[in-house]
Amino acid sequence: MTLVSVLIVAAALIGIGLYGALSQQSFVMLMMGLELMLNGALLAVMGFWSFSLGGMPEGQLLAVIVMAVMAVEMAVGFALVVAVYRKRQADMTESLKTMRH
Amino acid sequence: MTDALFLALSALAIWSGWRVFQVDSMVRASFQLMVSFIAVGLIAVLLAASYIGIATIFMMAVEMMVMALFMVMFMMNPAGLNPMSMVHQHRFAVAAGIVVFAGLSAAVLLSDLPSHPVPEGKDVVRDLGHELLGPSMLIFETAGVTLLATMIGAVVLSARSGRYGASDHGSLPPGLTLGGEPAGRKPDEAGSHHHHHGGH
Repeated sequence: MTLVSVLIVAAALIGIGLYGALSQQSFVMLMMGLELMLNGALLAVMGFWSFSLGGMPEGQLLAVIVMAVMAVEMAVGFALVVAVYRKRQADMTESLKTMRH
Repeated sequence: MTDALFLALSALAIWSGWRVFQVDSMVRASFQLMVSFIAVGLIAVLLAASYIGIATIFMMAVEMMVMALFMVMFMMNPAGLNPMSMVHQHRFAVAAGIVVFAGLSAAVLLSDLPSHPVPEGKDVVRDLGHELLGPSMLIFETAGVTLLATMIGAVVLSARSGRYGASDHGSLPPGLTLGGEPAGRKPDEAGSHHHHHGGH
């Protein structure tokens, strides 16, 4: 277990997440892709903290912030999905052609 | 031992992350994502960040259960009995994913990464606690206020019904007497002021 191997695993998670976020038609599945990318980012932060920072607590703080971002992303994302569904009866990205309401 | 565990957990994290977009049911997809998160949390424990790792596991277990509920609301293929593939621009997405993975891996392999591991026996959880409630308290509290704003925003976005009726119709309180005029302040022009109708 080295910093390089941890970062490559994180890169794989980010790549898969990007694939999902770009390819999925359903809003909720798209958000899973975003979550997976954040998962990779969290792993990369932990790897850097563990191997390069000498245990400085600020690295762990950054990981806490990443987790807060995950929670915000999911809560606001689902609220937006519900709002769009209520307005347009749409849960697929193709159903939305404009940003007007 | 640590290396073998790391290999197994990272393989599990990547494989279940990939399965998220392959399974036929959205509920299964959210549980696959949960497995991926738990594997990453356990890797964090291996990386000596026990607090963050365990917190990730707890938080993601709860978050994915909530996610599964939303999946049930929105999925069109309950129980995954039929094959499900809802993708667009598939080739572009695959290419973008591979390019990003290759690019990030190349950056990792070509960079001269600093090496300064966590010293043996360092009390990292205590350090984190002192950091959170000491020098970085403002950042930590800002995250808390952000979460509060998120809660308010999520309720505003997802709630339609106000106390006196649907909020997007403009709500009127009931009259003070039976069948009387609505009590309280009157909305300007029956609330049309607050609506931005598209098309102009």
